[in-house]
Amino acid sequence: MQEKAKLLDVETIARSLMRIAHEILEHNRGSQNLAIVGIRSRGAHLARRLAECIKKIDNKEIPVGILDITLYRDDLTLLAAQPVVHKTEINFDIQDKNIILVDDVLYTGRTIRCALSELIDFGRPKSIQLAVLVDRGHRELPIRADYVGKNIPTSQDEMVEVHLAEVDGKDEVVIVER
Amino acid sequence: MLWTKKDLLGLEYLSKEEIELILETAESFKEVTTREIKKVPALRGKTVVNLFYEPSTRTRVSFEVAAKRLSADVINIAVETSSVRKGETLIDTGKNIQALKADILVVRHNCSGAPALLARSLAINVVNAGDGWHEHPTQALLDIFTLKEKLGRIEGLRVVIVGDIAHSRVCRSNIWGLSKLGAKVTVCAPEMLIPPGIGEMGAAVTCDIDEALKDADAVNVLRMQFERDEPTAFPEQLEYFKNYGITEERLKRVKRNIIVMHPGPINRGVEIASVVADGQNSVILEQVTNGIAVRMAVLFLVAQANEAKG
Repeated sequence: MQEKAKLLDVETIARSLMRIAHEILEHNRGSQNLAIVGIRSRGAHLARRLAECIKKIDNKEIPVGILDITLYRDDLTLLAAQPVVHKTEINFDIQDKNIILVDDVLYTGRTIRCALSELIDFGRPKSIQLAVLVDRGHRELPIRADYVGKNIPTSQDEMVEVHLAEVDGKDEVVIVER
Repeated sequence: MLWTKKDLLGLEYLSKEEIELILETAESFKEVTTREIKKVPALRGKTVVNLFYEPSTRTRVSFEVAAKRLSADVINIAVETSSVRKGETLIDTGKNIQALKADILVVRHNCSGAPALLARSLAINVVNAGDGWHEHPTQALLDIFTLKEKLGRIEGLRVVIVGDIAHSRVCRSNIWGLSKLGAKVTVCAPEMLIPPGIGEMGAAVTCDIDEALKDADAVNVLRMQFERDEPTAFPEQLEYFKNYGITEERLKRVKRNIIVMHPGPINRGVEIASVVADGQNSVILEQVTNGIAVRMAVLFLVAQANEAKG
């Protein structure tokens, strides 16, 4: 695997998240009734960062949850590598909330489909909006993001890797050849 | 750590890492059981068959609930109503269940080794739900899970198992599992209920319950299996309660926070006093709740192993 290009770095990631935070607040007319749910694992870290950005702007704490979608996958039987089951942690009532669902990369849309199924098993939110750091195209399902850090046209032979300080030691988004 | 075993036959055959993987996976499943909708689609379209050659309510129901919370379909076969009564062999019964395209066979049998025989004869996953006096792995796993949840670790714990050691598969599975995870196990019973060779499994053996309980972090109280009518003598019930029963009086002399466990069904006033069974130290009902999470983890993992292979 060979790194082809660096698409985002610490500063551009931070700026993208801050812009998305502003867009979320604009679209929802403030942070009332908002909650953020990140998809494990990198989406969860991005969710926490987004909540911090919103706090900086609006000075309000909003609830953050973590979704582990392993048990909802439609490809459990096809995976070569065995998935590890982790916990979903949503310690607030999602009923009637505007939920911002967060993931690092939007690709086929299947992860988001799992997340929607799982989220709806927790209650009936007023709305679910999708925020992603990178949209790389190639959707296989009718799913789109409401907030996008960066749109990156890719070929199917390429992989987009998001590295975050919390897990990888540094913030960057790179494109690598398979 | 990857799960590669098609079957779960006993804790003797698992590594420390495999046991830890089951416990970690069970932790995630425990969270699922606290949700409003306690069901996830992980085993949707799979069929789990419970084949029980011995009467059992709690284990069978626990497996049934676990399978249903994973969205699997469940079929219960009680042997009293099956063709076994017409002379069908165990392997033939197993092959028929496999021919129905079931995916996982959960089996309870009065003969030690019956699940192993089925596992060798069939391609589908086999889970041992208790075989003879051999092993009852999911019970020991839920005991260990509960202990770990309560005390935060297993390594270095002193665990006493008291009661009908001779007839107890729960005891044997617990000795294997706890020892592999670094706990010190002591078994305690009247001499007539201590089978030869139990010490070689890695447990200390004593007939003195008060001595055994002295530094214990937990005690697992086994039921007297009076219904097993072998030539082995059983102590008289009142005498047993006096000498080995877990009473309030006895617990006053040991660690204040000692964990009291029991695999059920409990015989109040025989192996455990009612006040203790219902008291602060008792985790008996939490064991039942944890049993579902542990069995969900086991069913999920063996099903994954199948996919990895096929």
